[in-house]
Amino acid sequence: MEPSLARYIWTHTKKQQVWILIIVLLSMIPYFMSFDLPKLIVNGPIQGSGFEQPGATRPFMKLHYNLPFIGEVQFFSGFQLDRKETLFALSLVFLLLVVINGLFKLYINTYKGRLGERMLRRIRFDLVDRVLRFPPVYFKRVKSAEVATMVKDEVEPLGGFIGDAFLQPVLLGGQALTAMLFIMVQNVWLGMIAVVIVVIQIVLIPRMRRRLIVLGRERQLTARALSGRVGEIVDGIGAVHVHDTSNYERADIAARLGLIFKIRFDLYQWKFMVKFLNNFLAQLTPFLFYMIGGYLVIQGRLDVGQLVAVISAYKDLPGPMKELIDWDQARQDVQVKYQQVVEQFTVDGLIEPKIGALTIDDPGPMTNPLSAIGLSIADDGGAMLLDRISLQVKPGETVALVSTATGGAEALAEAFARLNWPDSGRVMSGADDLLELPEAVTGRRMSYASSDVFLFQASLRDNLLYGLKHAPLTSVTYDGAAADQHRWNMHEARRSGNPDLDIQSDWINYASAGATGPHDLFEAVRRVLDAVVLSRDILDLGLRSSADLTRHTELARRIVELRAALRTRLEQEGLSGLVVPFEPGAYNKEATIGENLLFGAAAGPKLADRALAANPYFASVLKEAGLDRTLYEMGMEIAGQAIELFADLPADHQFFQQLAFMSAEEIPAYETLLQRLKNRPHEAVSENDRAMIVTLSFAYIEPRHRFGLLSDELMSKIVAARNHFYENLPPELQDAIERYDPAKYIAAATVMDNVLFGRVGNSHPDAPDRIRSIVYDILDELGLYAELLDVGLDFNVGSGGRRLTGGQRQKLDVARALLKRPDFLILNRPLSALDHRMQEKVLRNVLEAARCDGHSPAIVWVVTSPAMAAMFDRVVVFDSGQLVEDGTHETLLAGNGIFKELLS
Amino acid sequence: MLLKDEVGMLQRIPLFSGIESTKLKLLAFTSDRVSYSAGQILFRQGDEGDAAYVILSGSADILVDSDSGPIKIAEMVPNSIVGEIAILCNSSRTATVRAASPVEALRIRKDHFLRLMREYPEMTIEILRVLADRLSHTTADLIDARSAK
Repeated sequence: MEPSLARYIWTHTKKQQVWILIIVLLSMIPYFMSFDLPKLIVNGPIQGSGFEQPGATRPFMKLHYNLPFIGEVQFFSGFQLDRKETLFALSLVFLLLVVINGLFKLYINTYKGRLGERMLRRIRFDLVDRVLRFPPVYFKRVKSAEVATMVKDEVEPLGGFIGDAFLQPVLLGGQALTAMLFIMVQNVWLGMIAVVIVVIQIVLIPRMRRRLIVLGRERQLTARALSGRVGEIVDGIGAVHVHDTSNYERADIAARLGLIFKIRFDLYQWKFMVKFLNNFLAQLTPFLFYMIGGYLVIQGRLDVGQLVAVISAYKDLPGPMKELIDWDQARQDVQVKYQQVVEQFTVDGLIEPKIGALTIDDPGPMTNPLSAIGLSIADDGGAMLLDRISLQVKPGETVALVSTATGGAEALAEAFARLNWPDSGRVMSGADDLLELPEAVTGRRMSYASSDVFLFQASLRDNLLYGLKHAPLTSVTYDGAAADQHRWNMHEARRSGNPDLDIQSDWINYASAGATGPHDLFEAVRRVLDAVVLSRDILDLGLRSSADLTRHTELARRIVELRAALRTRLEQEGLSGLVVPFEPGAYNKEATIGENLLFGAAAGPKLADRALAANPYFASVLKEAGLDRTLYEMGMEIAGQAIELFADLPADHQFFQQLAFMSAEEIPAYETLLQRLKNRPHEAVSENDRAMIVTLSFAYIEPRHRFGLLSDELMSKIVAARNHFYENLPPELQDAIERYDPAKYIAAATVMDNVLFGRVGNSHPDAPDRIRSIVYDILDELGLYAELLDVGLDFNVGSGGRRLTGGQRQKLDVARALLKRPDFLILNRPLSALDHRMQEKVLRNVLEAARCDGHSPAIVWVVTSPAMAAMFDRVVVFDSGQLVEDGTHETLLAGNGIFKELLS
Repeated sequence: MLLKDEVGMLQRIPLFSGIESTKLKLLAFTSDRVSYSAGQILFRQGDEGDAAYVILSGSADILVDSDSGPIKIAEMVPNSIVGEIAILCNSSRTATVRAASPVEALRIRKDHFLRLMREYPEMTIEILRVLADRLSHTTADLIDARSAK
């Protein structure tokens, strides 16, 4: 990247810089005109000069100039206006000038701002573009949070500076020079004094600022290191807690903040010191004028008028000077920042842009063998991971790489995936060096998965299809306002040197997954998920999440059919007792009292959980149904029982999981509340306390808690209250609740709850598992299995995929590699988080699934156990960075080498 | 059956008879009330022992696998506890328990049971006493059996 900021700015914005300069110069004309006007108004119409006679008129807007050689030329003789008319006319001209000046200022500021923002966008994009082209080794040394803070924070001040980069010195320099010239004209000697002081300022101040620059650089580096450490703490939070090192981290952060504070404080001290000196020098000049000028006047060598003129002319000098010096400060500041960032982003061995160039059309298959020729790879410490390995993998061949602990097979797999670059030797695809092939070839015709999985914080689907998003394949048509917005987006992108690729386009390369479009992609997805044995997990996720009904319309449409099928099946198997269905006119004993009252799923916070009892409308319904008192008494009873049972247990006791009514932290609060309310009549209890107590009753399930608080009369009252609640539901609550309706899908509830439409009985310990497998069966029978899998694919995997287990993440990574049907599938201990039985199962499935519909890729698999090698055409054994054995499983088994030793 | 009735039932079981009723109530509350229809299996021989069962109503057969199929070795009636050995000594189930009639039972989870024992030493001592009692009975039976030979 361009090391000089000034040149970087000039290269990309010279036209705009010149244009804005011209505009600024143009704006000077009305600006100076507006200076002269007040004098004209006061002297002319107000004080009456030129209007001495009553009825006198003066020409207005008379255009005449005294041109050299030609003499006086009159363009327009002007309107003749009397005194009042002149006053109005001149005042209006003044107003006009104010408006014009304001508009100029608006235009200039907007223009400068936009210029700065565009440049900022360009710089940021350039930086990220470089990150995308860094060689792999770079990422071993840099912390992601530091890179992020450079791209985001450290270049930020550049935006504000760019608009003024060239304009400010020209303008302010001009003003300062004019003022200086003016002083010179008045009196050369006094002018010389001003010049000397200005020279001292120009020489001294930047010198003093050198320390500021040093401090500024330190400030930037320490702040960057801080964000790197904060990032590390977040990423390594598990290690921090496991080792009780949180106080070590606190100390480290405090020490860093202390250092930053010291640097910043030094910086302020110097800054204000320099400011003080600068101001002092600026004030020194008038002091010298008064003293020396005054002395000269007394001596009679200078007349008073001249001295006054010099002093008043000097007033115009310090302003521009100060701003100029400030500008210089800002320049140095951003220059330092820019340099610091550029240094970090200037890396040897950057990947050529052509390697990652956008390629729309799919490259042909890789039909050449993949070979390592004299390949050596050393780790950062210089130890040899691979020592002059030569090996060829033919298309269609399946190779197991077996490795001892120091074998180096992983390094070979990484070299095949271009994640580890050779120190000597080469990896070749046919006659081409693998590193010179564009990513459009290696990224589409080769796949790689390893135990070290990275998932993006997005849905399972997005992560799975990530490996297919190489290029925008469709052009999206926008209309109306969206079209204008799109045009503007693309225009701005180009102006800032950003690519004009449309992120809204369909990037998914269906053909590479063996599909023709979105409609049949799912088959391919299902195939790979089945292969890695992940479908069941995703189905479970689907059952537990609420479906997005804009996507999964089928599920909502056939919900009645589904529910009926489940009932029939349960009856056939004599399991009707497992699920107690919701019925609009009946009390569901297996559901809580709250659920029975509400008989719906709360959508949003208004009627959810604790807010329910406090909701005024709900409270009024309870009151009318005569339930307020009953439920209050019930709540008191529950509170008493819960406290009796749990009061002397420590707050972290596992029994609290059984206590549905309150959390361990709330026990003391309820204890005091109970004391306070014990003998108080119901009427005398405050609304808040009442809500706190009534809430307890909402979580009560008779068969589970068995306090004996539910009578038939109470149940029928609750059902009546339920109906009453919906009859008069106020409009503002209409959206806060979705009523249970046997014929309707409940968007706010999970898929499982929707299919069940009831509660699983508490008295059957294995009921949830049995019901789940029945539900899967039914979904499969009704052809809704795919739909549910699709719901599961909506699951957001969380930051770095941490909402999935390690095994699930690895399976997903293998599925992703498999999905694009590569010619070379490189798998580097991809399933290490799974047990051996599962690994072997997935291995078998993957070998089979990779060879579907006539496609037969080469598979290079670094296996975790030598026993797995039996399923491959060829086995290659590594030990201490050397290739020690190579042959079929049978021959190696027959030999007496390391492989046999490893197996035993 | 309500919680307080269950506590009453528990009190009648020798293993729990010496334990305060508030502790028993906690044990009952944190246990699951489960029901089985006749013929349903509570647990199988060889399964991992994860809970003990207190029969509240109905009866259950204790079956042991043999070469000639399962043999019934005992019958559990209300107020008896079954499966407690497996959760105390981490072994797998030594027998299968099958409901002979509709059974209502209290399922005491292993971790809850052990936690209670850890927290209330008086309860542990009580259980120890019952177990030691059983052991001495078994020993006496053994001596009887040996001397009868």
